[in-house]
Amino acid sequence: MNLLIHHFWELTITGLTIGAIYALVALGYTLVYGVLRLINFAHSEVFMYGSFAAVWVLMALNAAGATGLGLVGFLLLGGIAAMAASALVAFILELVAYRPLRKRNSPPLIALISAIGASFVLSEAMGLRDKPFAWLGLDAKLADYVGRPRENTPLPALLHSQKLFNFFGYNVTNVDVIILVSAIIMMVVLDQFVRRSRLGRGIRAVAMDAESAALMGVNHNRVIRLTFVIGGIMAGGAAMLYLLKIGVTRYNAGFILGIKAFTAAVLGGIGNLRGALLGGFVLGVAENYGSALVGSQWKDVVAFVLLIVILLFRPTGLLGESLGKARA
Amino acid sequence: MLLEVDDLCVNYGRIEAIRNVSFTVGEGEVVTLIGANGAGKTTTMKTISGLRPVRAGSIRFKGEDITSMPAHDRPVLGIAQSPEGRGVFVGMTVAENLDMGAYARVDRKTKAVKDDLDRVYSLFPRLSERQTQVAGTMSGGEQQMLAIGRALMARPTLLLLDEPSMGLAPMLIQQIFDIVTEINQQGTTVLLVEQNAAQALKRAHRAYILETGEVVREGTGAELAADPAVKAAYLGGDV
Repeated sequence: MNLLIHHFWELTITGLTIGAIYALVALGYTLVYGVLRLINFAHSEVFMYGSFAAVWVLMALNAAGATGLGLVGFLLLGGIAAMAASALVAFILELVAYRPLRKRNSPPLIALISAIGASFVLSEAMGLRDKPFAWLGLDAKLADYVGRPRENTPLPALLHSQKLFNFFGYNVTNVDVIILVSAIIMMVVLDQFVRRSRLGRGIRAVAMDAESAALMGVNHNRVIRLTFVIGGIMAGGAAMLYLLKIGVTRYNAGFILGIKAFTAAVLGGIGNLRGALLGGFVLGVAENYGSALVGSQWKDVVAFVLLIVILLFRPTGLLGESLGKARA
Repeated sequence: MLLEVDDLCVNYGRIEAIRNVSFTVGEGEVVTLIGANGAGKTTTMKTISGLRPVRAGSIRFKGEDITSMPAHDRPVLGIAQSPEGRGVFVGMTVAENLDMGAYARVDRKTKAVKDDLDRVYSLFPRLSERQTQVAGTMSGGEQQMLAIGRALMARPTLLLLDEPSMGLAPMLIQQIFDIVTEINQQGTTVLLVEQNAAQALKRAHRAYILETGEVVREGTGAELAADPAVKAAYLGGDV
């Protein structure tokens, strides 16, 4: 209890930063669920590929140690690389793992199995990435990229955590600020896109009533592809922020994070964009408070107990309604 | 002919929903399909919009074969439907729903859309009053007006209306049918599916009667309304 009281603001702010990352990944789950009623379990790998793209691009560019404008440029570049890679993986995933099933009107359970299968394939492909390069004889040349494929791959030393200002006894760092500010910018842009743009309305229309949307001339397949790509972009952004916070990635980095993000989406009300955001923040903060109260080894337990308790009282999540019914 | 449906067969799994249905709709007409529940009226409408795959037969619109064209490509040709059960986007406001109606229009950024919006609001003043209301919170009658208004926002050549009177109070039914007539007089061709056969026959130039998936009678609205067999089966004798 003392720990919680003495470090309340520290726990809150670090909880919000990890929560922001959960929230960005949760958006991908919730968007796809909204239009397809499908839990895209491979979304965690979409995130993981983004994190590798950022690391590799920054390694290739020798970004370590950059300062000033160069540093800002590298951070943005890493983020863009992660978003592009994640969006691409999500796009291919939809094309290969889901579209063929949809064409044949397969039952939802089949798509779920396909999702789980795709998740393993993507993760193991990253975990075995040295093999194809060894066959090509390129493993020595690319050792920095493909060597020790099942161990942690660190982000080049780029942004050193520095205290910026004191907030009720907690020294808020530059990393905290960058994570929160960029996450909030991405969330606001997405929210406005879905509410105001024509394509965003198309997404909402499909989520509310797919047949009516088709009668309006909304191309169902194009909307689905778009939601996968948008979810990928958000996961890529999350991957870059995750690297800034955690510093390393690995072939299975998406697993626990994906489960947490999915939990956040369910917590907020799956299918509901703002619910996913709220769920992410609530989960991040609650985890931190929980670890302060009962010990950090119970962190994941706290997260899932929270989920169960909230679903007992609000079975449709905190904000309840689906992307269909919600106004956002 | 604006719309030519030829020997159309549609199945749900192994069950035949409609069999060898043929009819036409000419430019400027109001044509109605009437029949009991399960006769295949809604299936016919959904197939014309492309929501149901065709097993056999063809659909031609403005002379072009659209039998296997995807549903989302049809609005731009000039086909709009107000579906059975209204199908409004319940989480969107009235204004957003109407905006969705113009989604496929090539000229959606021009003043033409604004003019059509004004026209919808003058046909349905109720919608004008409720522009910012969320559609899901409106009454059935208001949602019906919204569904018709939304279809009009596509500026269709052919307007498909599936059960516009379903679940409405008698006063409102009269009002909806008056508006259907008005829309037609403003130049839109209307294909109307109805259980309220009396009103439908009164408003339609021509009518087809569907029974268990087949066309069993056709004629002008007045002819069928006067026919003793039709009276007995669909009009309850009191017209």
